[in-house]
Amino acid sequence: MESDDGAMIKQGMYDDHVENREDPTSISASEDEDGSDDERKNRKLLEAISSLGGKKRKKLAERSEASIQVSEFTVNAEGEGEKINLSDLIGTMDKTTASLSKTKKQLKNLQNSHTTLETPLSKQETQKIHRDVAFDKTAKEVSRWESIVKQNRRAEQLVFPLNQEPSGPKRMDQVVTGWKAQTPLEQEIFSLLHKNKQPIHHPVLTPMEEASLGAMSLEEAKVRRAELQKARVLQSYYEAKAKRERKIKSKKYHRVQNKSKRKEFLKQFDDMLKTDPAAALEELKKMELSRMQERMSLKHQNSGKWAKSKAIMAKYDEGARKAMQSQLEVNKDLTQKVVVVSEEEDEDKDSPDTLPDFVNDSQPLLDPVNPWMRGKLSVEPTVQEVGEGTEAPLLPPEETAQSDGKAESEQEVEETEEEVLLRDFETRRKLRRTEVADSVTVSLEDKETPEENEAEQEVVEISDGEEEDLSEFTSLYQGITNSQKSQSQEAQPEPGQGAVLTEEAPGLLEETLVRIRTLEDVEMLSQNPLHIEGNQPSPPVDQSPNIEETALPCGTQKAGKKMKRKKGIDPNEVLTKEAKMIKVPLAPTAVEDENGEEEQRTIISEAFAGDDVVSDFLKDKRKQEEAGKPKVVDLTLPGWGEWGGQGLKTSRRKQRRFRVKAAPPPPRRDGKLPAIIISEKRDSAVAALQVSQLPFPFENPTQFQHTIRSPIGRTWNTQQVVRKITAPKVVTQLGAIIDPIAREELMKGRKQTIARTGPNILLEPGKEDVKKTAQKGTQKKKKHTKN
Amino acid sequence: MAAPGEKALETTHVGKKEKQSAKRYWQGTEEEGKEDHKGQNEGKSKHVLLQKETPARMEGAKKRREREEERGGNKFISGKSDPFPGSAPVPEEKLKKFQRGEKGKLPPRLQYKLRDIVDRSEAASELAQKQAARHDLLLPEDAGFLEGDEDEDTCTISQEDIADAVDITSGAKYFNLNLSQFGPYRLDYSKTGRHLLLGGRRGHVTCLDWQSKQLMCEMNVMETVNDVKWLHSEAMFAVAQKKWLYIYDNNGIELHCIRKFNDVLRMQFLPYHFLLATASATGFLQYLDVSVGKEVAAICTKSGRLDVMSQNPHNAIIHLGHSNGTVTLWSPNQKESLVKMLCHQGGVRSVTVDKSGTYMVTSGMDKKLKVYDLRAFKPLQSYFLPAGASCLSLSQRGLLSAATGDIVQVYRDVWSTPVTKPYMAHRVRGSVWGVHFCPFEDVLGVGHGDGFTSMVVPGAGEPNFDGLDANPYRSAKQRQEWEVKALLEKVQPELICLDPGTLSQVDKATWEQRHQDQVQALGYDPQTKEKFTPRHKTKGRSSSGKVEKRKKQVAHEDQRDDIRKTVEDRMKLEKERKEKENKTKTFSGQNSALDRFRK
Repeated sequence: MESDDGAMIKQGMYDDHVENREDPTSISASEDEDGSDDERKNRKLLEAISSLGGKKRKKLAERSEASIQVSEFTVNAEGEGEKINLSDLIGTMDKTTASLSKTKKQLKNLQNSHTTLETPLSKQETQKIHRDVAFDKTAKEVSRWESIVKQNRRAEQLVFPLNQEPSGPKRMDQVVTGWKAQTPLEQEIFSLLHKNKQPIHHPVLTPMEEASLGAMSLEEAKVRRAELQKARVLQSYYEAKAKRERKIKSKKYHRVQNKSKRKEFLKQFDDMLKTDPAAALEELKKMELSRMQERMSLKHQNSGKWAKSKAIMAKYDEGARKAMQSQLEVNKDLTQKVVVVSEEEDEDKDSPDTLPDFVNDSQPLLDPVNPWMRGKLSVEPTVQEVGEGTEAPLLPPEETAQSDGKAESEQEVEETEEEVLLRDFETRRKLRRTEVADSVTVSLEDKETPEENEAEQEVVEISDGEEEDLSEFTSLYQGITNSQKSQSQEAQPEPGQGAVLTEEAPGLLEETLVRIRTLEDVEMLSQNPLHIEGNQPSPPVDQSPNIEETALPCGTQKAGKKMKRKKGIDPNEVLTKEAKMIKVPLAPTAVEDENGEEEQRTIISEAFAGDDVVSDFLKDKRKQEEAGKPKVVDLTLPGWGEWGGQGLKTSRRKQRRFRVKAAPPPPRRDGKLPAIIISEKRDSAVAALQVSQLPFPFENPTQFQHTIRSPIGRTWNTQQVVRKITAPKVVTQLGAIIDPIAREELMKGRKQTIARTGPNILLEPGKEDVKKTAQKGTQKKKKHTKN
Repeated sequence: MAAPGEKALETTHVGKKEKQSAKRYWQGTEEEGKEDHKGQNEGKSKHVLLQKETPARMEGAKKRREREEERGGNKFISGKSDPFPGSAPVPEEKLKKFQRGEKGKLPPRLQYKLRDIVDRSEAASELAQKQAARHDLLLPEDAGFLEGDEDEDTCTISQEDIADAVDITSGAKYFNLNLSQFGPYRLDYSKTGRHLLLGGRRGHVTCLDWQSKQLMCEMNVMETVNDVKWLHSEAMFAVAQKKWLYIYDNNGIELHCIRKFNDVLRMQFLPYHFLLATASATGFLQYLDVSVGKEVAAICTKSGRLDVMSQNPHNAIIHLGHSNGTVTLWSPNQKESLVKMLCHQGGVRSVTVDKSGTYMVTSGMDKKLKVYDLRAFKPLQSYFLPAGASCLSLSQRGLLSAATGDIVQVYRDVWSTPVTKPYMAHRVRGSVWGVHFCPFEDVLGVGHGDGFTSMVVPGAGEPNFDGLDANPYRSAKQRQEWEVKALLEKVQPELICLDPGTLSQVDKATWEQRHQDQVQALGYDPQTKEKFTPRHKTKGRSSSGKVEKRKKQVAHEDQRDDIRKTVEDRMKLEKERKEKENKTKTFSGQNSALDRFRK
């Protein structure tokens, strides 16, 4: 509380002064006063004395340390630089009141909050901010004109002064479409119509009516509700059931279920084949997809973690080996291509089940040329078929599933039974095979079949249900088709290889056919004399009456000769067009004046006809071609890097290195026309008049060429079109004052877009929008910018 | 050039018109039937229809009505409906006729300015095409033809018979001028087909208005006359005499003797370029600009005597025939032939090119007549004429006249279908020296040893003439005006080239040259996208595999961008298409009153 002390000091000093001045008078004046006065005086005096002496005495301030402010009057504020608390200011007030402390606290808080007013910005900065704000504002205002400016810039034609009503009578429909309700009565009527949503253009239905038509009757609604309820309930039941089943942890259960599902699926598919081939095809496609996925993935390739662990165990554990094999099996199944059956085969689909024999020597449907395809697929299906074929007559699929579900031991028994049966089949088939044909690959593969069959049982455990379905299905399907194939083959008198040969024949034929792929080939074809004279009913050469034609070698040319690509032009190819004889009713009787002379000339020319004219021409052509070719620039310097001199040739390597071959010129236009020479010289006279630099917006020459492709003169166009095409960009009316575009224009345009005050009558409901935009366009076109 | 209002009127009255046309059509058949009867009665058997009028187009009206029924739109508020709303449709074939070039396919992303320009020009050309096709019906005249009875060849019908059968004015177009003294004659018709110029070999030159048979001038130049040719109008003509080329006016006053042109054998006049092209015995092809009187070009062809010459009316290229069986094509801008075609085994005797510049017909010493397609320079047809054709001429409608000795044969449609016999034939006295079809008339003029014959050939001339270009009925004043206009619109000789559309092409060579210069100056090609070169990274991150991977990534990104763009474009297109479809659906599927009962 040093400031407090300071105040006290000041007070004291003041008192001193007063005392010094007033003491004599006060004493003299108070002489006649009583003793109390004296006491007081005494006390005062004591006080004054005490104040004079000791600490209370005013000291002259000494400058002992560096301070911020140095007063010239040697007044030194103690505690200068320290802040005065606001609460100090009320420190002198009575301390008793509770409100005071409260205020004090408040003031303290206020002081501690440190929310001070910032210093005002400098003038420049304020001005800058002002400018910024002003710019934003103006930009906003100006940008409102942007669309109008753009429109006007893009407009085909601007007519000044703006907003002119087109003179002359209007067309009827224009008047009708532009009509608006203006009188109060009209407005009222239209507002009523609008309010009640009455149709204006077409007296068809109000929206209310439409809605009422769309609504259902009560009974219907009831029925529908009941249906929905039932469906919901059923769904919930089903969901609950599924949930419960999903929770079952028994592997056995799931296995059995999967199997049954698969069976179901197969059955369904069989039905589908009969009833709905399209859906079956869909399924097939799905299978194809799964095959693709399988081929892409590493699944079932025995490359996973599990497989590796099994591989370690495989040496000792039969089961592991089996499992691995089954994996491979699954992979094989899934990657097997599904053969699509033709329709005839679909018809007698029932027969293959009853057929006991499996003659699968070849895969006629597959590409017979490809040996890979042949080897693999001819065997694979048989294996599958054996498995299916044996199971089918003995046990219906559901039964097997049930037995599976009962006990594992039983299953093993079953398996053995099956194996026995399978072996039986196998042996029988082998016997037949040896009888019918000898195919080593098949027999080799056959040995594996029992193992594979066993493995098939394990497949269920390992692979996913879905894939399995598909794989098994494919195998079944292939089995069916194959057996059918075999049946058809057996029907033929010569089975085996003979059949294969006949099947192969069309394929081979196809291979020999040459496809025309390039233009050159087409050209080759067209060079064929058959094609040249295609459009004429060409008579045989010997029958043609003119001797010249036969005398010329062109009559004897062969087709084969022409097919070869020749470097030069065969003179025989030139002027080969066969002439058509014309019968003239009147024979020329009068002898021409210069007949004798001319006849002689013709005789001579005929005598020397043919070869020399043609060969001369060809020589000329060749010369031209040679002249057009770029020359090879020889940059070899003799003597560099080797010996030079007379009789010494530069080495070939050097020649090859230093002879610069120019790029071959573009193909000549007459390259394929033997009897024509077209000059390749550039016509510089026209080039001087052509456009060589594109005007601004164009990017490539074709764009530009397309825009100037049609003439604009009145020689080629009608008057109206010429006037339209050559209309000036800006039209001004003579003598009219052209005012700058007004703000009302802007407002008008905006109002139109927002309020949509279109005409009250529209011609067609669908055209409404189009018309509106068109109107907008025209109106905007008339506006123009301020500048 | 009808205003839109008139057009609307036209459409509203289509129904009436259609009725009329039907009537006319019926009348036409009746008349024909009558004629048939008459023919049978008289024992004569032919119809000569000269410049037959078209039967009005019924199909168009019918189609329109059908379309309207489909639409079934009642546009107007008042109950009466317009049976033929909108403008009349234009038939496809006619539109095709007036098509100028292919419509360009533009990339979907264009600058808006460019798009504006392109769209506008596209719309303009479409409009022009449509309007031209619409106004095509203002050309009502149709070409006539000659039709024989069964088992009767039209070529056996004599000129006298034809002249008897047709009306008097047409009949008067068959006539003979017996000028046996100074023959044989070459001839030329003026561009309008009104005036005839005859030049006898022995110096007789005469010009006449052949329809009124009014003689304009007649003189003997006292020299051998090799060829005669009208200049741009019937006021002047050029005569190639023994030594020099002379120009006379239509009164026979010698205007010029051009000493620069010597030994001229054949001449051609290019009407739009005001060029007189001459071929001389010394092997020079020279061009004279008759508007300023200057020689434009003199080309030494180096192929001997040039006595076979013709012009391509389409592109003003001169065709010359040579004794070695070749035909060469020339423009004044090149010193060498543009194209050299080997056409015949023997020498070429005559060449002619059709009006559209598509077909060229040549005849040679090997007695063959060949038709070439000038677009591809490929032979189309080849005929063998027993006597060989000495003079050829093609009419405006594509009839070919070939003179073999003293017989003039006329063939129809020699290029598309192989012809076995002539359409018409006529024997004149003396060997034929020049044949020329008269423009806009069904007349063939034949100059021969014994004077001149004017043959009537139905279907030869173009029935509709362009009054602003070549008006046969023009007055002197009109001629003067036309002359001024034609001179103003004169085409400069530099523009003569094989493809007349060259001017509208961008000069590719200069364009590329400029681009190359730019590339050289800048050091890079601004048009190609910069190739991505991966930055070098340290610590083994710039192994070739990594670099390749980065490259691939960038390439993938680019590709993805491309794909995204194309997909967006496609979507946009699809959307537009769908919108359009919807629109048409809404237009076509109008609600009927019974729709309210539908559920």
